[in-house]
Amino acid sequence: MSPLSRREFVAAGVAAGAGLVIGFYLPHRGSGKDVFSPNAYVRITPDNKVTIVVARSEMGQGVRTALPMILAEELEADWKQIEIEQAGASTLYGDQTTGGSASIRTTWDPMRKAGAAAREMLISAAALTWGVPRSACAAQQGSIVHAASNRRLSYGDLVGKAATLPIPTDVTLKQSKDYKIVGQRLARLDTPSKVKGEAVFGIDFRLPGMKYALLSRCPTIGGKLTGFDDKESKKVSGVSFVGRISDSAVAVVADSVWGAMEGRRLLNATWDDGPNKDLNTAAVMDALKQAASKKGVSLYGVGDVATAAGRHISAEYQLPFMAHAPMEPGNCTAHYQGSKCELWAPTQVPQDCRDSVATAVGLDPDQVKVNVTLMGGGFGRRLEHDYAVEAALVSKAIGGPVKVIWTREDDMRFSTYRPASLHQLSATLDAAGWPVAFAHRIVAPSISGQKGQPGPNGVDPDLPDEAAFVYGLPNVALEYVLAETPVPLGWMRSVYALQAAFASESFIDELAAAAGKDPLEYRLHMLAKDQDIQYFSTTWRTARMRAVLQLAAQKSGWGKPLAAGRFRGIACFGCFASYMAEVVEISMENATPRVHRVVAAVDCGQVVNPGILEQQIPGGIVYALGNALRAKITIEKGRVVEGNFDDYAPLRMEETPAVEVYAVSSAEAPTGIGEPSVPPLAPALCNAIYAATKKRIRALPILS
Amino acid sequence: MAEITLRVNGGEKKVTVAPETPLLWVLRDTLDLPGTKFGCGAGLCGACTVHVEGSAVRSCSTPVSQVAGKSITTIEGLGANGLHALQQAWIAEEVPQCGYCQTGQIMTAAALLAKTPSPTDEQITQAMTGNLCRCGTYERIRKAIHRAAGSGGER
Repeated sequence: MSPLSRREFVAAGVAAGAGLVIGFYLPHRGSGKDVFSPNAYVRITPDNKVTIVVARSEMGQGVRTALPMILAEELEADWKQIEIEQAGASTLYGDQTTGGSASIRTTWDPMRKAGAAAREMLISAAALTWGVPRSACAAQQGSIVHAASNRRLSYGDLVGKAATLPIPTDVTLKQSKDYKIVGQRLARLDTPSKVKGEAVFGIDFRLPGMKYALLSRCPTIGGKLTGFDDKESKKVSGVSFVGRISDSAVAVVADSVWGAMEGRRLLNATWDDGPNKDLNTAAVMDALKQAASKKGVSLYGVGDVATAAGRHISAEYQLPFMAHAPMEPGNCTAHYQGSKCELWAPTQVPQDCRDSVATAVGLDPDQVKVNVTLMGGGFGRRLEHDYAVEAALVSKAIGGPVKVIWTREDDMRFSTYRPASLHQLSATLDAAGWPVAFAHRIVAPSISGQKGQPGPNGVDPDLPDEAAFVYGLPNVALEYVLAETPVPLGWMRSVYALQAAFASESFIDELAAAAGKDPLEYRLHMLAKDQDIQYFSTTWRTARMRAVLQLAAQKSGWGKPLAAGRFRGIACFGCFASYMAEVVEISMENATPRVHRVVAAVDCGQVVNPGILEQQIPGGIVYALGNALRAKITIEKGRVVEGNFDDYAPLRMEETPAVEVYAVSSAEAPTGIGEPSVPPLAPALCNAIYAATKKRIRALPILS
Repeated sequence: MAEITLRVNGGEKKVTVAPETPLLWVLRDTLDLPGTKFGCGAGLCGACTVHVEGSAVRSCSTPVSQVAGKSITTIEGLGANGLHALQQAWIAEEVPQCGYCQTGQIMTAAALLAKTPSPTDEQITQAMTGNLCRCGTYERIRKAIHRAAGSGGER
């Protein structure tokens, strides 16, 4: 399944209740004499090792620790006996896309069932071995114990017997109150290798005889290669191949990265700039404004916003294109060998890489093997398959193994960008100043539509769920207006939720200010009634949002006096099925905001590992703060202007606030955590700037 | 092409490369020391930080010919006698997320502690602000440096 079906697997992530007997089937490869493997997620060997397969990609979010914890919990394993195996592209694990803050949500059920099935079979194996009833045996920390006779067999001891037993068709899952591993602050398994420099990222993987390639790509969006002169390139020591690999790219291959870089620098390629040679950012924003006059598609509606009586307020917000810019630039290693092709890809979409490479090099998908490497960040950039296809094409062209490497400038200029967007908001306030109607028109290009998969009525399939309005008002209208753009689009951390939250949570602050009310009180008023709001695939509960708002407010000291020159702003948002509220505390220094403190409260259901949660939430906030302040991709003459970390400058240590994270204690099924802290940051910050300056920021980035 | 002698992590290595080749690529491609990372190629992110004669240097922007004969330390050599105090602190504070920038962060921090064994917050910020982290681990980096300094800085 392609990343285009993100919404479907998010929808599928609703977990069964704990403690229930559930029927299931999990694919398996089969056990043997020396391995007990009741399903594709776990293998136990006589040396007492428990190997857990992680079928999502590790890009820093901790899946190689958190997902095994879920299985180990039900297995009653000893955490110290766990070893991790990274799955490549497979047919055994369903959709392996790592995105949409969905890894835990979508594996919560299969990982628990996989562990529970193995546990039950091990109990049976021990009971049979001892000739005692199953009910007299219990699984404890990697062993089955028979308390009555004080006998104990390790899982390793039971491999041979367990492997012969039938796989159960239903199992009882543990209740959260009995969890020993899930919910614990266990150290990440990948940390030591990362501080020693031993962790192998995609860019570090090497094959014997491997060459390195850089591509010269047409700098103009949609342009084509017309020719190239490689005389100078071929003079560079080590350059072994220069050749066209697509209608808009030339590969320069050498025996070192530097050789390929020099070869590319000296390549004289000529381009047909194509239809976008005069495109610039102003034209893109004009196109959004023009599209705004079109009739929109209703995403959500209750009551009638048009007839609500009272004081009308409206405002327009806009956001620019942004780039993911993960620390590890794009790369992929490929070895094409006629009837097969193997890849080592830092990818969030191994299955899409497999299928896209197969098409590109003329093989069947089952002739393409995709190994998933560690990733130096992803943020959605590696939901694309471009680097994998390039590597496979170059390998085919040279008939040997090759690693394609992108430079930072390649990453910045040939990315797929967060869509620029325009937002028209309007509201009606009653005589007391409370809102009775709220309308939000989102004018934006469709990421999926541009990739050839428009949703119903042209609405990007991801967008509705990422534009949830989790307030209980009598009249609400959310609309989407499709705007086309030739600028390549991609899914960037929190995707459309960032745009939706910036516009709506800033506007709510405007309404509170217009009503002369406290912005926290204003939001709580809209959440005062306990209510379920069914919004596409998620049922949002006003009580849960209210609780995170109150938690963030309380921990931040909302309403209490601040030091002179300090100001606060607040925002909340629900996305990826999680609830998030943030309070940002700033001072203004020469008209520039300085963020001192961010207090974040989250309800993401059951927390699997609080240590990882406390990495992800501040991580999202730092990412979002850098983006809010400065991130902007500019188009001039059809080309991306920004190239490196000087003109596209992420947040640095000196600008990083103290971030406090508070999670609501919950036994609800776990929900997303990688992205939900991103959307509330920009509006909370801009609301703090308003508190400080009475100036409303309606366009990002703030420092533009 | 030129033959250049490098003193890396206490050993002597002869390499035959174009003299303008950035040290980064000689370390990674020629000497098989991939712990030093490529992030920007322009000295803007610090992922490629190594020590040359004890000072933190951006290897992506340092021609290899400039460091011939000089003592070079990479992340692989930092903890040659077991983990460096900073690496231990990085583990204790659970600093890394994706981890890609962390070897460069640690090398910059190690150069700081070698000169300033008990740095203030201000000194840490000043030393570390050239090292980017897109996962946003900065506050844990700061804590880990304080922790390592508290345990006596460099071993």
